Amino acid sequence: MKQVAANMAGTVINVLVQPGDEINEGQDVLVLESMKMEVPVQAQASGKVVEVKANIGDFVNDGDIIVVLE
Amino acid sequence: MRKVLIANRGEIARRIIRTCKARGVATVAVYSDADKDLPFVREADESVHIGPPPVPHSYLNVEAILGAAKSTGADAIHPGYGLLSENEAFARRVLEEGLLFIGPTPEVIGQMGDKLTARHIMETAGVPVVPGCEQAIDSPDEAAVIAMSIGYPVMLKASAGGGGIGMHICRDEAELRQAYQSAKGRAKAYFGNDAMYMEKYVERPRHIEVQVVADQHGNVIHLLERECSIQRRHQKVLEESPSPFLDIATRELLCDAAVTAAKAVSYSGVGTVEFIVDEQKNFYFLEMNTRLQVEHPVTEEMTGIDLVSLQLDIADGHPLSIEQEDVKALRHAIELRVYAEDPVTFLPSPGTITLYQPPAFEHVRIDDGVETGTQVTPFYDPMIAKVIVSGATRQEAVQQAQKAMDHFLITGIKTNIPFLQEVLQDDQFRAGNYTTWFVTERGAASSKEKR
Repeated sequence: MKQVAANMAGTVINVLVQPGDEINEGQDVLVLESMKMEVPVQAQASGKVVEVKANIGDFVNDGDIIVVLE
Repeated sequence: MRKVLIANRGEIARRIIRTCKARGVATVAVYSDADKDLPFVREADESVHIGPPPVPHSYLNVEAILGAAKSTGADAIHPGYGLLSENEAFARRVLEEGLLFIGPTPEVIGQMGDKLTARHIMETAGVPVVPGCEQAIDSPDEAAVIAMSIGYPVMLKASAGGGGIGMHICRDEAELRQAYQSAKGRAKAYFGNDAMYMEKYVERPRHIEVQVVADQHGNVIHLLERECSIQRRHQKVLEESPSPFLDIATRELLCDAAVTAAKAVSYSGVGTVEFIVDEQKNFYFLEMNTRLQVEHPVTEEMTGIDLVSLQLDIADGHPLSIEQEDVKALRHAIELRVYAEDPVTFLPSPGTITLYQPPAFEHVRIDDGVETGTQVTPFYDPMIAKVIVSGATRQEAVQQAQKAMDHFLITGIKTNIPFLQEVLQDDQFRAGNYTTWFVTERGAASSKEKR
């Protein structure tokens, strides 16, 4: 199963995809904020979104799985 | 002045407490839930909890901070840098409450905080400014016309922006039109003010700033320059003084221009006039920071002058105790900023510091805000420590910096120390030959090597 992991620890400030979306590798899927910086998280693979495991306001750690792809 | 409330956190709160203690002035720290265990909270004589971690509810919460000042009987507020330090409304509220604000007047903060107003004042005073537009731009079409007249590349800037936020380099009309829309939207969201302006983009610039000090009686002096060209994401990483790029004649012109700038706004307090300097050593006013600067220790270690102490004297209404002739570059000083971030991607790395062991050598000063066990939270700036070294020569200072970096042990979080070590070994850096492109160009070169 393909997944997208957070590239840093931070708070989710925007979710850009939803289940059912077809996404491409390199596409922004979510935006994290940490230490006054907004950082987009990009998909590390292409595929169909099965589940988005983070909501706006959630705190995620570096490496946490945030999107599951088919 | 008997008791100072410090409306800030971390290393700068500690730094201010140090000088207050030395002068016998009592201190009050304010803190959020996230910072309750940090050293600055217990080092202050008193501390007041002001709210939850997010800054709008704590360190930007004006009424909570003023309430803390009232309840502790503080008679002055030091805003540090960032946060409320350049907030005109805050300075005004402090004065309304009958307290001293350790900084310039609210009017000056307002004038220098608005980039267009600042630019206009400086141009009128004869301080060189970058060619650009004088008024806010109304439409992408107008932006295109102005860009044509000053010539590409241009820099599109949010009037209320700063620290690199809201700036876009545009090399042609297509880029400009695209950047205009997105930059305007972001400026509105970030600053609540979407006024945009534009100026000529200076290729391969240096960022050199001048420290000025002015009392409330019209006396203005400068404390020479700081070279701040080594930046990542438009934020400074390493600063040094004197600048290896300036010759004596340019230095004199630059420092005189900074004094002219301070006089033009009847400045009082310590402040910094930032310039960009092109390869031909032409310099242009960038902005004036109406507060203590993060990198102020570089000037302190170079000149032996305590800037926070000067701030307290000035706020108390004393005339300057030093004259221009007293200011000398006694040593070469370098500051390295240690950030809790990945040394390659520069992405933030919050977490718990499991071991913190700073270097302890002669001529190595550590201004830090953390210790072993500190939880570095994602709510605030990633800077956790500043290492300031000095030497009789630049070469000696660089060697001292290397020794300090080699002996700085931090575990549990990622830091940019490996990056700082690489900078110190870089040939261009060692030659003193670098621009604001240094980090970007080094990154490109090293990824090429790996391939």
